[in-house]
Amino acid sequence: MQLRRTFLILVPYLWMLLFFLVPFFIVMKISLSQVALAIPPYTPTLDITQGWDGLVKFFSQLSFSNFQFLTTDDLYWRAYVSSLEIATVATAITLLVGYPIAYGMASAPDEWRPTLMMLVILPFWTSFLIRIYAWMGILGREGFVNSTLEWLGIIHEPLTILNTNWAVFIGIVYGYLPFMILPIYAALDKLDVSLTESAQDLGCTQIKAFWLITVPLSRPGVVAGCFLVFIPALGEYVIPSLLGGSGTLMIGKVLWEEFSSNRDWPVASAVAVVLLLILVVPIILFQRNQQRQQEAEQ
Amino acid sequence: MLKKWMPLAAALMIGAGAATAETVRVYNWSDYIDESLLQKFQDETGITLVYDVFDSNEVLETKLLAGGSGYDVVVPSGTFLQRQIVAGVFQKLDFSQLPNDQYMWKLIKDRVAKYDPGNQYAENYMWGTTGLGINVDKVREILGPDAPTNSLSLIFDPKYVSKLAACGVQMLDAPSEIIPAALKYLGEDPDSHDPAVIAKVEPVLMAIRPYIQKFNSSEYINALANGEICAAFGWSGDVLQARDRAAEAGNGVNIAYEIPKEGALMWFDMMAVPADAPNPSGAMKFINFMMDPHNIAAASNYVYYANGNLESQKYLNPDVIGDTAIYPDAATMDNLYTTTPYEQSVQRVVTRLWTKIKSGV
Repeated sequence: MQLRRTFLILVPYLWMLLFFLVPFFIVMKISLSQVALAIPPYTPTLDITQGWDGLVKFFSQLSFSNFQFLTTDDLYWRAYVSSLEIATVATAITLLVGYPIAYGMASAPDEWRPTLMMLVILPFWTSFLIRIYAWMGILGREGFVNSTLEWLGIIHEPLTILNTNWAVFIGIVYGYLPFMILPIYAALDKLDVSLTESAQDLGCTQIKAFWLITVPLSRPGVVAGCFLVFIPALGEYVIPSLLGGSGTLMIGKVLWEEFSSNRDWPVASAVAVVLLLILVVPIILFQRNQQRQQEAEQ
Repeated sequence: MLKKWMPLAAALMIGAGAATAETVRVYNWSDYIDESLLQKFQDETGITLVYDVFDSNEVLETKLLAGGSGYDVVVPSGTFLQRQIVAGVFQKLDFSQLPNDQYMWKLIKDRVAKYDPGNQYAENYMWGTTGLGINVDKVREILGPDAPTNSLSLIFDPKYVSKLAACGVQMLDAPSEIIPAALKYLGEDPDSHDPAVIAKVEPVLMAIRPYIQKFNSSEYINALANGEICAAFGWSGDVLQARDRAAEAGNGVNIAYEIPKEGALMWFDMMAVPADAPNPSGAMKFINFMMDPHNIAAASNYVYYANGNLESQKYLNPDVIGDTAIYPDAATMDNLYTTTPYEQSVQRVVTRLWTKIKSGV
């Protein structure tokens, strides 16, 4: 019994080690090295054949200068802040759009649900890149949105949507909406309908019952959905580079420029490590807080 | 430096032969060959050809520097080639397997020796210039008959570019091409690596920034052809492809490519063999095939870029060899300049300046 439990816990830890910690330490290692014109383009690299001496030499050459460099130019700071802003706004819009959809799905008759679920998942069958490209055609000056609005006589000059932050918001909301809908739907689906019914029987209005019962009980789904949207949106590269304008400053683009235009893998790795810290630390704090609250409630 | 916006290198696998057959893997710029040549190579040699395409030198370089790209032939531009040779990315060519080397053009060989001393590592595939793509009728309509259509001031002088802004102006998203041009406009050495000299272009580019609709390295082809923009600072063959598309569409848009009278950047895309290429002798066969005068002439006739093969000029269409926008006359040729790769610290200054110009931060 004990063995079984250990084994069951071991699997996720092994997964974590292999696909999170090992890559993280590789990136961390590169972030402590210096640029070189070689394959791979940084030094020092670990030479195992030299044994202990090689290891000592390797560690003695590592330095934190790349992290210091990030503080010398406010570009990085601004890019982090503007990524946080864009990701926060986009997550909020996704929640506003996704919650009613999930609610509608959960209140739909049982025989409709598989179809509705299918409709949410269906876009994943097409490449993400192609779907974002399609938005370039939809939002462009000669695109579907502008031509429809002009045909309806609402506007007379085409709106500039593509290559602005609005297009980035639209792209993120569209791209990540299923990640918001599915966990909220899962939470609402489990919700016991008799709870809201009894609240109404006891004189609660429908709206009040929704806020007092449904929303708090669906909170785990909302939190999960927000994380699933916020985290990838923060480091997003494809959407801002295809739909955003030259003024759209996001850390994913800065990282790409460090990596390929500057050929500076060490600084690019330092940017990535800092991004990870910005993400992981608040999430850990949040989780702790959640846990404490739950314990307090019990 | 031909940059077509195809983010996923569209892998084009032609005639998958038997698994045991010899294979050559080629990694070239997108839209840069007459595709019937790929079939011809397979028919002539019996080698299975895997032909992948990329969209920017940076993408290629990242793969090469990571090592183990798996390609036998790659086509970086000259400046990138130079530092990749220093990094030890390539192996020397085996000229005993390259009899068609005799047809190459000495003038081009001499120029690319700047990047590849002694011409040991690479053969030229195509070359071109970076200059002005213009919607002739619209520019004359706005700026009058005396519009400086053959001068860098059309783009870099706010007096002109501000008037063209409403009708649309685009620029390459390539700092290593725009900064030398802006330096040339200021009368400085376009190949300067001095951060103090490079800093002089900042006020010039910041002043015209509000009038540039977009910094992009491929959209200007269609935008010019559809008449959506009036002017673009871009690559010769791309502008000429826009001219052809407009003519085919019969939309009355009249596009011209002008080499600026102040001088223009001349660039070279070079065929080279990675040091860890799985099939180096197959790579030689492919390079030799592309140096066959008939073959490379067919490619140039198709993509409107000049090549470094003298003998092939006999087989070029008159609208290619006869066009001074593709094969400039001797006087213009003297006015073309080349650049060398930036050192790491200077590259950082250049990238940072470019970020500032594009995003304002």
